[in-house]
Amino acid sequence: MPHLPEPFADLEPFAATWCLASERERYAQRLASTMDEMQTFYDAAFPRLEAAMAYLDQFPLDALPDDALHLMWLLYSLVQVSFPVEVWRQPRVPDSGAASIDAVVEPPV
Amino acid sequence: MAHFPKPTEGSWTEHYPEIGTAPVDYEDSISPEHHELERKAIFERTWLNVGRVERLARNGNYFTKELDAAGTSVIVLRDKDGEVRAFHNICRHRGNKLVWNDYPREETSGTCRQITCKYHGWRYDLDGALNFVQQESEFFGLDKADYGLVPVRCEVWEGFIFVNMDPDAEPLRDYLGELAAGLEGYPFHEMTAVHTYRAEVGSNWKLFIDAFMEFYHAPVLHARQAVADESRKLQQYGYEALAYEIAGPHSMISSWGGMSPPKDESMVKPIERVVRSGLFGPWDRPIDIDLPPAVNPARHPAWGTDSFLFFPNFMLLIWAPNWYLTYHYWPTSYNTHIFETSLCFVPPKTSRERLAQELACVTFKEYGLQDGNTLEATQSMIERRVVREFPLNDQEIALRHLHQTARQYVADYTASLETPVQISAVS
Repeated sequence: MPHLPEPFADLEPFAATWCLASERERYAQRLASTMDEMQTFYDAAFPRLEAAMAYLDQFPLDALPDDALHLMWLLYSLVQVSFPVEVWRQPRVPDSGAASIDAVVEPPV
Repeated sequence: MAHFPKPTEGSWTEHYPEIGTAPVDYEDSISPEHHELERKAIFERTWLNVGRVERLARNGNYFTKELDAAGTSVIVLRDKDGEVRAFHNICRHRGNKLVWNDYPREETSGTCRQITCKYHGWRYDLDGALNFVQQESEFFGLDKADYGLVPVRCEVWEGFIFVNMDPDAEPLRDYLGELAAGLEGYPFHEMTAVHTYRAEVGSNWKLFIDAFMEFYHAPVLHARQAVADESRKLQQYGYEALAYEIAGPHSMISSWGGMSPPKDESMVKPIERVVRSGLFGPWDRPIDIDLPPAVNPARHPAWGTDSFLFFPNFMLLIWAPNWYLTYHYWPTSYNTHIFETSLCFVPPKTSRERLAQELACVTFKEYGLQDGNTLEATQSMIERRVVREFPLNDQEIALRHLHQTARQYVADYTASLETPVQISAVS
């Protein structure tokens, strides 16, 4: 199970669900989650975003320790859920029906 | 209520009188017969962008590209001398598709010293020459020099690799013309952090280009993506481009956009304020660029992004915060296509920069999903032919030009045939 750097132990309850390495996994998790679940994650993680970015910027991006990499993945998920939480009030983009757009190439980190 | 100046003729459209101002017939987007002609007249005769040279960083690197619309699959590679080449992806022995993994219709990439056919082991050098035939003595007077891979015209412009099925096509740079010349020097090669997305879309390929070559829709379709006050302001304001240019079969639209960074941070969502990024990209520019003349041609201080359409199906968007993206639309039938987009950034040095790029990518997808679903709704209704002609406004000049260009290519091709092909249902 992924674990986070010690200063971010308060976000550990979200690690198992939201520390996901790829956009595909994060998008799928968003669609599989309820608004309550995403709101709870957002409310916990958003106030920690600035501190998390400052923490991660101590390390070169291509040499993040494992726990820092997991924190990075958690922040990617926070970005992902910000749309349902801040904009749509529902997991899926309204009126997007059957449309899908899949990430097929992503940078290594 | 003009916010930005238009040409002296009074409109962008009338500045190009050959485009006309009449309602536009969309038969070209719903007729299977017209689509078959487009394949011959357009996709087998124009320069098609198949990717960037960064995918072929080293000699021996290759990738395949499925080009249904041009009726083929191609292998694109960098040979032992560093030259970028393209071949039809077919073995000269008995026609097996040469390069594929697991699924013959899926694209693949990798590195090789030579190309070996899975079927009977024929081998080709990277310059296409046949160098080995299994049990060669069983064949009848076979001269290996006669059985090299079939080459495809392949040329590179500013790191973008193009192929053309027509051996008599004009050189790539001549085809791309003045809009491309005006882009030369932009540091595409520095923007190597690539995020690629792909979608199967239930519409004619030109309808998605329509959606991305006008922003008249943006304040309406994407209204909820802005904070409420901002959204109301945008709808009242409407949309006007800074400039349009039509050059041969190609076109561009230059657009304002003050969101990177916004003048007032209350205009944007909380995540954007903290990550400092959004639809127009990361607010903090990674490098300084002297913009080449084709970018922001009006030299307007509120400039946000330029969208170039290189006919038929390659779009290039240059964004004010110094990154770019590409769109490709690959027809698979008259009412389906595969949409691909690559967002390309200067490689991030810090996690903060990387996260800003992530927000730009996620935002792009939110908008793209709204745009993409609208297309199927449009396609299904225009196919009914209850309504055949549609009034396009001055902010839709590039759409008018796209459909006119596609119809013209088909008309020229049809005229060039000895026995003209009958087109049913085309008025």
